[in-house]
Amino acid sequence: MNLASYLFGIVTALITLFIVIELLRRRRLRERHAIYWLVAGTISLIFGIFPQLLVFAAGLVGIAVPTNLVFFVSIFVLFFVCIQHSSELTALETQTRVLAEENALQEMRLRELEEVVRRMPPAIGVDTSSGADS
Amino acid sequence: MHAALDRTLIVMPALNEEASVADVVREVYEKLPGVKCLVVDDGSTDNTIAEARSAGADVARLPFNLGVGGAMRVGFKYAVNNGYDNVIQIDSDGQHDPSGVIKLLEALEVTDLAIGARFAGEGDYTVRGPRKWAMRVLSVTISWVAGVKLTDTTSGFRASGPRAVRLFAEHYPAEYLGDTIESLVIAARSGLRIQQVAVSMRPRAGGTPSHNPWKAATYLGRATMALTIALLRPRLPDPEPGVAVV
Ligand SMILES: Nc1nc2c(ncn2[C@@H]2O[C@H](COP(=O)(O)OP(=O)(O)O)[C@@H](O)[C@H]2O)c(=O)[nH]1
Ligand SMILES: [Mg+2]
Repeated sequence: MNLASYLFGIVTALITLFIVIELLRRRRLRERHAIYWLVAGTISLIFGIFPQLLVFAAGLVGIAVPTNLVFFVSIFVLFFVCIQHSSELTALETQTRVLAEENALQEMRLRELEEVVRRMPPAIGVDTSSGADS
Repeated sequence: MHAALDRTLIVMPALNEEASVADVVREVYEKLPGVKCLVVDDGSTDNTIAEARSAGADVARLPFNLGVGGAMRVGFKYAVNNGYDNVIQIDSDGQHDPSGVIKLLEALEVTDLAIGARFAGEGDYTVRGPRKWAMRVLSVTISWVAGVKLTDTTSGFRASGPRAVRLFAEHYPAEYLGDTIESLVIAARSGLRIQQVAVSMRPRAGGTPSHNPWKAATYLGRATMALTIALLRPRLPDPEPGVAVV
């Protein structure tokens, strides 16, 4: 590995971390969603700075080519984040549906209420047409 | 009767508190004549709503769980839309003694945000290990940001004056721990004055706080992260531009 590829790994990890932190800072990303990217960025930064760690870790789990460990972990992280997104999407869909249901029911209640008010004798009912005493 | 009471909205976030909410509401009306009490039900699956209404509270029902922060946002918006100057948050589990509200309101005469803090030891469980360190880190850091000594930063017994109500109606954080940690950071960095008021708190009505070390460590991690991010974020515009910050 030459100096260029060594720096390349570190710089990429730093850029990733910078983007995630900046989005967090501007309230464009919630902590809950940022945590995986932060962890992944930090791990790649550590392995970027100490490549020997990667060789060591690959040896530990019996992977002959250390870069394969990188691919494996990357795919695992992406897979995990995808699943989390699917689950969040499901939750959001449920919430939207509940909101739509409540909205429909509330509109019906309002309509019924308006109907009752309209049928009330003028003295008791709210007479919106005259616009008096304001 | 305290003069500010009829301009004060008591907001009680509630999640499955059918056993205690009615008693708390009744106690609030008894000890604080003139206040309005809004219970924000956060998707409870028990009888919380009916219980709260039977005791005379107004109830805002959220269709699904948004957390304490989300519930408080409803309270702050209601206060702004209906002309209440002060918002006081009280737990619906009966841990907060409504008599403490008078002290908090008195503090609001000279400050923007008053935190009801536990007396050391009184009615309180002892916290140990990571959770204790977390609370220590939180209070030291937030005290530093706020410029006053705060010992109980996770207290849910708080009073917000007009400036805080306006700020929070727009910017109250709804994330995990946002209602305790980030709200204080936001307030302090927007130039609001924060003060701690000693109040007595009652022991939990039911259940015991967990001493599970794994949970406590997770709490420490999440609290530290929430605090770090809150500190990194740009300060929000002052809710009252033109008014000098003391
Ligand atoms: N709106 C809302 N209120 C909650 C939620 N979780 C707890 N609460 C309420 O917040 C208050 C404090 O909760 P509690 O579990 O007693 O927290 P602790 O006093 O800090 O141990 C109680 O009034 C609960 O009913 C939630 O998810 N949403
Ligand atoms: Mg409690």
